[in-house]
Amino acid sequence: MKWQDTYEAVIGLEVHAELKTKSKMFCGCKNDPFGAEKPNTYTCPVCLGMPGGLPVANKKAIEWTIRLGLATNCSINKFSKFDRKHYFYPDLAKGYQISQYDLPFCYEGFIETSQGRVELTRIHLEEDTGKLLHKTIDGEKVSLIDFNRGGVPLVEVVTEPDIKNGTQAKEYGKKLRQILRFLGIADCDMEQGGMRLEANISLRKKGETELPNYKVEVKNINSFRFLEAAIDFELDRQAEILEKGETPVQETRGWNSVKNKTFSQRTKEEAEDYRYFPDPDLPPLHFTDEYLEEIKKAVPKLPEEIAIEWSNKFSLDIEKSKELANVESEKVIVWLEEILNKLKEENLDPTLFINDYLNKKINISQEMNPSEVVKKFKELHQTENIDDSLLKEKIEKVFEENQDAVIKYKAGQKQVFGFLMGQVMKEIGKKVDPKLIRETIQKSLES
Amino acid sequence: MLNELTLAQTIKDLKNKKISHKELYADINKAIEKDNKNLNIYLSLDEKALEKAEKLLNTPLAGVPIAVKDNFCTYNTLTTASSKVLENFKPQFESTVTKRLQNAGGVIIGKTNMDAWAHGSSTETSDFGRTLNPRNPEHLPGGSSGGSAAAIAADMTIGAIGSETAGSIRQPAAWCGVVGLKPTYGRVSRYGVASMASSTDSPGPITKTVEDAAIIFNAIAGHDPLDGTSSAQTPPDLTKYLGTSVKGLKIGVIYQDIKGVEFANEKLMEQLKVFEKLGATVEKADAMDPHHAIGVYTVVQRAEVSSNLARYSGVRYKNDRSFFGDEAKRRQMLGTYTLSKGYAEKYYELAQKVRTMFIEDLKRLFKEYDVLIAPTSPVLAKKIGATEGEAMFGELEDMLVEASSIAGLPGINIPYYHDKETNLFLGMDIIAPMWREDLLIQAADAFEKNTDWNTWRKKS
Repeated sequence: MKWQDTYEAVIGLEVHAELKTKSKMFCGCKNDPFGAEKPNTYTCPVCLGMPGGLPVANKKAIEWTIRLGLATNCSINKFSKFDRKHYFYPDLAKGYQISQYDLPFCYEGFIETSQGRVELTRIHLEEDTGKLLHKTIDGEKVSLIDFNRGGVPLVEVVTEPDIKNGTQAKEYGKKLRQILRFLGIADCDMEQGGMRLEANISLRKKGETELPNYKVEVKNINSFRFLEAAIDFELDRQAEILEKGETPVQETRGWNSVKNKTFSQRTKEEAEDYRYFPDPDLPPLHFTDEYLEEIKKAVPKLPEEIAIEWSNKFSLDIEKSKELANVESEKVIVWLEEILNKLKEENLDPTLFINDYLNKKINISQEMNPSEVVKKFKELHQTENIDDSLLKEKIEKVFEENQDAVIKYKAGQKQVFGFLMGQVMKEIGKKVDPKLIRETIQKSLES
Repeated sequence: MLNELTLAQTIKDLKNKKISHKELYADINKAIEKDNKNLNIYLSLDEKALEKAEKLLNTPLAGVPIAVKDNFCTYNTLTTASSKVLENFKPQFESTVTKRLQNAGGVIIGKTNMDAWAHGSSTETSDFGRTLNPRNPEHLPGGSSGGSAAAIAADMTIGAIGSETAGSIRQPAAWCGVVGLKPTYGRVSRYGVASMASSTDSPGPITKTVEDAAIIFNAIAGHDPLDGTSSAQTPPDLTKYLGTSVKGLKIGVIYQDIKGVEFANEKLMEQLKVFEKLGATVEKADAMDPHHAIGVYTVVQRAEVSSNLARYSGVRYKNDRSFFGDEAKRRQMLGTYTLSKGYAEKYYELAQKVRTMFIEDLKRLFKEYDVLIAPTSPVLAKKIGATEGEAMFGELEDMLVEASSIAGLPGINIPYYHDKETNLFLGMDIIAPMWREDLLIQAADAFEKNTDWNTWRKKS
């Protein structure tokens, strides 16, 4: 018997993404941790936590966080603030992280997946930490700190425990990444740590509605494939423990992508106390309706909505339309829509184009202007005239060179027709209406 | 002696070439050489001060020496906040206040001693030894800006800068018999000042006269994009309010029935008659019991301290947390406790609620009065060693100025009584609504000019 018959998974995700604002969250330093040539180049008294260094909030980062919230159906807290979250770690310059506690910018949103809606608990804005590098210098093991990343704006998107399996988690994660990229607010480079995934995973008996009395947190996952694998592995592992009548240990685990296993990192004896309190260096924020309306105007239509529009406007199959619109920038959407419009103007088949495009049959790039694309598309399907006698001549030549095939065909092996057809087309050397060729060959064979 | 000149007079005399920088700095240095060792006022001195000053004649401050409390970051110059944790710290940046002072032509002659991290009202908690009161070295100068107030009282500088969280400018000014102006919270930038309690920290001038305070205020006040809590408002030119009439000014006198303040209150009421003679009205007014302010301030300030000092972990400044003195350790422990789960509601959040009550109470009073006055400190400067075994020393000393501090209001200390036996002073605290430093200058300047308590005015 499979565990799925007895248990159901309770999974929530916490996703961190670095916003690509020009400057850091609370100071004027350049926000380009991956582009910096040397460690600690983009630093100042504020992000280094020097005495008297004071944070000043980055307006753009706040706007972008609200934009993300509006794009994911969230409500917005019109009164909000930043709080200090205290913990010690060498990569945390001030001994606390500026984050948001009880009044995040966005709350109660959702993202749809093919396995159902994933509710978002909250989206808040905080600052990223520095990075520790463990090295051996002159034979001595040392830890170095690079603060280029310290103070980079970081959004955290937290879901309700709505996710049922690794596949759904992966789909959710990809959708969130697409939205972040589509809004133009984050690059989400997962390998570099620009987007980081954490999953809270537990199991409960089917039919139960209470949250399980334990949860396992899998941290530092840097790809969707690993996220899916880690969740699936973890569910199997926990089911096995539960089947023995035991409760899995509440702990933080990591993912070993070589062994394809999660492994225990740290058990949490008790809940951590971060001693949150409102950051007295940052005045609370009040957003007016007008201000939020302005941000709302800047939220573009997302790919799914566009797919539905296209499907109606250009009479496309909805799945095809979704597939076409599944892109990560608004620029590409604009480009594709212009192409679709031009095709329509010229009475050309958009579905044919979409197939060519998605199957990479047509050699175009997004740098090409739409008129050029349509021209290329027409060229691809354009046929040239051929003199009837010349066509017949070419067919005769192919028949002569492939007498075996002709004999086979006449003996009833109709599948060699394709081969003959191909040979003829090759012989002609230019694009001729395939229908005409087919008919002429057939006539010749039958004669 | 030129070091005994007021700031206003010094600027005038320098500009008129009546005196030279060389003569001025020679007299200042003489005073420093004579007494700095035993009074322990300056932690460090700029040997190139005169050289710098001589180039600044054509600036508003004309190259006058300014003593700065050691919690202001000064470029490449030791900035310790009187703590061993930072004993080797040379900032690679400048605080906004010291930058503006220098832009206006002030010369930072040295960094002054203070209670370590500004935790205290005595300057006894400095990790580099206590400062003595120049008016009477058997007594404390008060604190935490005790070094800056003492530097003024000892004529070891012409002007000085302190910072106040709750009393740290006004109380040492009172005990040293000098003027101390705590501007409205948000009026003067906190950028580059080692944070104590971020929600009340207010840098400000400590000077010989009210006029001097107005001049320094003009140089340092105003919006700073580097401080998110700094106000965008344009500050008033305070020198405009010097010598203006107080006729019709409504003065409320608060804290008249508080135990332990009897003597200071009695002398205060006598002196306030001066205002009545000048056409102001003086009335006793009931304010919320300042004892509650001690609780509010203690909880909020310790919480913020525990957070603000978390960065001194030993990772960057070499000296780790074991280098903190007892007072800093006590405050961090108490703050950590009050912010902990299960206690935050009981202490921190409750304190913030009572804080709002104080703000409302003062707003109510300002509907009836233009300014409020009370003694700055309940008593004359206490004797050295008075803080021993008194963990709440500062809070009790600062009780009378705490309500205005937690409400962010501006206040000024001016002397109003001189005790001949001890050569010590009592100071009054005038407070005004947010952003109304003009009223403080108006009232304080009128009092100062119509009485003999100011030792520098008497001389000139």
